[in-house]
Amino acid sequence: MTKLNSKIPEGPLAQKWSLYKQNAKLVNPANKKKLDIIVVGTGLAGASAASALGELGYNVKNFCYQDSPRRAHSVAAQGGINAAKNYRNDGDSIYRLFYDMIKGGDYRAREANVYRIAEVSNDVIDHFTAMGVPFARDYGGGLDNRSFGGVQVSRTFYAKGQTGQQCLLGTYATLNRQVSKGTVTMYSRREVQDIVIVDGRARGVIVRNLITGEIERHSAHAVVLATGGYGTIYYLSTLAVNSNASAAWKAHKKGAYFANPSFVQIHPTSIPQLNDYQSKLTLMSESLRNDGRIWVPKTKNDKRHPNEIPEEERDYYLERRYPAFGNLVPRDVASRAAKERCDTGYGVGSTGLAVYLDFKDAINKQGKKAIEHKYGNLFELYHIITGIDPYVEPMRIYPAGHYTMGGLWVDYELQTTIPGLFAIGESNFSDHGANRLGASSLMQTSGDGYFILPYTISNYLADQIRIPHIPTDAPEFEEAEKVVKERIEKLLAIKGKQTATSFHKRLGRIMWDYCGMSRNEEGLKKAFGLVKELEQEFWKDLAIPGDEKNINQELEKAGRVADYFELAELMITDALNRKESCGAHFREEYQTPEGEALRNDDEYMYVAAWEYAGKSKEPTLHKEKLEYKFVEVKVRSYK
Amino acid sequence: MKVKLKIWRQENAEAKGSFQTYTFDKVAPEMSFLEMMDAFNTQLITEGKEPVAFDHDCREGICGACSMYINGHPHGPVSGITTCHLSMRHFKDGETITVEPWRAKAFPVIKDLIVDRSAFDQIQIAGGFISMNVGGAPEANSIPVKVKNADEAFDSSVCIGCGACVAACKNASAMLFVSAKVSQFALLPQGRVEAKERVEKMVAKMDDLGFGNCTNTYACEAECPKDISITNIARMNREFFSAKVS
Repeated sequence: MTKLNSKIPEGPLAQKWSLYKQNAKLVNPANKKKLDIIVVGTGLAGASAASALGELGYNVKNFCYQDSPRRAHSVAAQGGINAAKNYRNDGDSIYRLFYDMIKGGDYRAREANVYRIAEVSNDVIDHFTAMGVPFARDYGGGLDNRSFGGVQVSRTFYAKGQTGQQCLLGTYATLNRQVSKGTVTMYSRREVQDIVIVDGRARGVIVRNLITGEIERHSAHAVVLATGGYGTIYYLSTLAVNSNASAAWKAHKKGAYFANPSFVQIHPTSIPQLNDYQSKLTLMSESLRNDGRIWVPKTKNDKRHPNEIPEEERDYYLERRYPAFGNLVPRDVASRAAKERCDTGYGVGSTGLAVYLDFKDAINKQGKKAIEHKYGNLFELYHIITGIDPYVEPMRIYPAGHYTMGGLWVDYELQTTIPGLFAIGESNFSDHGANRLGASSLMQTSGDGYFILPYTISNYLADQIRIPHIPTDAPEFEEAEKVVKERIEKLLAIKGKQTATSFHKRLGRIMWDYCGMSRNEEGLKKAFGLVKELEQEFWKDLAIPGDEKNINQELEKAGRVADYFELAELMITDALNRKESCGAHFREEYQTPEGEALRNDDEYMYVAAWEYAGKSKEPTLHKEKLEYKFVEVKVRSYK
Repeated sequence: MKVKLKIWRQENAEAKGSFQTYTFDKVAPEMSFLEMMDAFNTQLITEGKEPVAFDHDCREGICGACSMYINGHPHGPVSGITTCHLSMRHFKDGETITVEPWRAKAFPVIKDLIVDRSAFDQIQIAGGFISMNVGGAPEANSIPVKVKNADEAFDSSVCIGCGACVAACKNASAMLFVSAKVSQFALLPQGRVEAKERVEKMVAKMDDLGFGNCTNTYACEAECPKDISITNIARMNREFFSAKVS
């Protein structure tokens, strides 16, 4: 059994990162030019890493499946980005941000990693501001802040409801600067099909050129995955519809452990599903809960128009259940509370699967103009999609699959269990435990890419300076390419009747019903069987028109869905294994009498890192015990 | 609902394309345009035919991937939205809907409705950035910025790079796109240092790539899904001329 080594530096919490940097090995500028790095993905994590590494002088090859790096799904993040600047004098600090994340993650994240991301958060804001990211400002010219769920300070920087777009475009600009200098080469419309391992180290990738269909080999001294999360496993989610887990899954099959795969964040405030044709759920930013109040009617199946329901007949259930945090409880808590109200018959709208998010009081108090200034584009978006004007009538919202806290297991250096393979941003598991707090995702992705990875990857590459450029005609590349081509041929040869999307929808439904907001042993076991059956049907009856020598979007989808079947099994296995409730992982068997998550710290205070054992074989569980030396482990309460 | 779809089909960049007309009767008014296309593609696949290739990703109006020219308008007949937000309730039962790719010399068609927009990346690579290294930034609040400037810079920065402005323009000009980026940086103190070089390089690259001239028809502003204002073009022209005379 491989022993997981998290490589957490010794020393006091606040000094670990400084000590690490002091002791890390460096690569001199002349040698950097001789070292190649592959970065997969151009979201905030990938683009920030590629540009920061390019600035240092490495030869970077950056890949994305989109036609331009600017389209990666970080672009859609809405509400904001956290930093411990304490510009509001409201008691914030690096420690407080760290503490909020540890508690928000329900004591299932690694202390040292979380402290480090809180530590670099301020550098991230300085950098973005210098890059011309137009964050909101107050009249003195300084940066403005707002509040997000699960915290009692205002530490979130924002650019209306388009903070992700602004941060990503800022990062896309830094990336372009490196492209202009020749340190970064961009490969867009390329999808990674496999990771190549030579002598136990990650040395390259096999990619499919999505325009010509050509299978290409690319080599490097190190490979960085910044491929995002796997929320589209539910088919309907807040993610871009082409987001996928294939690169991370291929890395897992080549030996990278996958950590806490069942930890998935279901975001409480998405526009509810309206019909069966729907391909996507659109998020309404958590920032709206600063001013919006969530409620349902006090009477079951109340079909009255919301504006006709008098104040005393409304149940502001979050304010009622959680008076200390009210509408700003963390996402997992808010999602479960909405589900509870809808499951017991208090839900609204035609399906009964929705609750109200009401701005009436905020508009009365602050005026329509102030609300428009803060959330204008979100209100507009809601109006376009639903045809309902949220200035006049409350929004209807319901939880939707959003973010995956689980991901590739990484050590303190953000390196996976495959030497030379790094995972950053949402694709790793490291900073959010069992639940991510709002506005922490932009912080983590850019922190990883700009300020952490450049140090840790150099520490690895310092030992690689004598290795010349890796040849792509090595047998390992040959073999990997052969396997990739064979799978494509196999998919095309099925010639069945059902589309990849129809399978994806059915898989998503199984996962949503049994491995979504709440889980139980019976349901999970049932889901496992259903996924297996569906996977067999997929390999017998999939329809892909056309061939592999051209743009073939059906082939692209099919490859992603094929990988999702396998990942779904691992998610279910992980959810079955964790016989406790923590954060977003809610096992119905383990709850308090009030319906709150009931942790079992004695048995489950560990990261579950799964090792691939072969197709249809039980994966091997490795436990990384979590130790809390700097915070007291408590029952997480927002009451 | 039943519609007639007149769609541009083109096998690849080299092939000669043509319009093909199809009847599709499984349209629901609550579908988005792309969901209608998904359902239509499912029908084609079931009939053993190749589905229509089109770019799309976030489906929430922010990534800028979707790019269909519908009934003579980029992103269709409703203003201020992208194709992914266009609802089928804006079309009539029995209507003929014409769907084309963006048409511009600098955006060659790759397949069906997919075009190559890498020319936009190249313009940005030419100078659409602030040359500040990671780690070199001053404390964020050390440079105050007027709310008015920050808000105006934000308004310019919301461009999603979809290319609708180019597709709408009879000259296939990229002035709105380029001027939005030039303006965002020109309005902020952080961007002033390189303002002169930036505008010169970006404009030169734009001209090189075969985008046309601006003749003030304002079609770009009218069709921009993010309502980017043509005042950006005026600002870029000022920046450009002052760069040339300084």
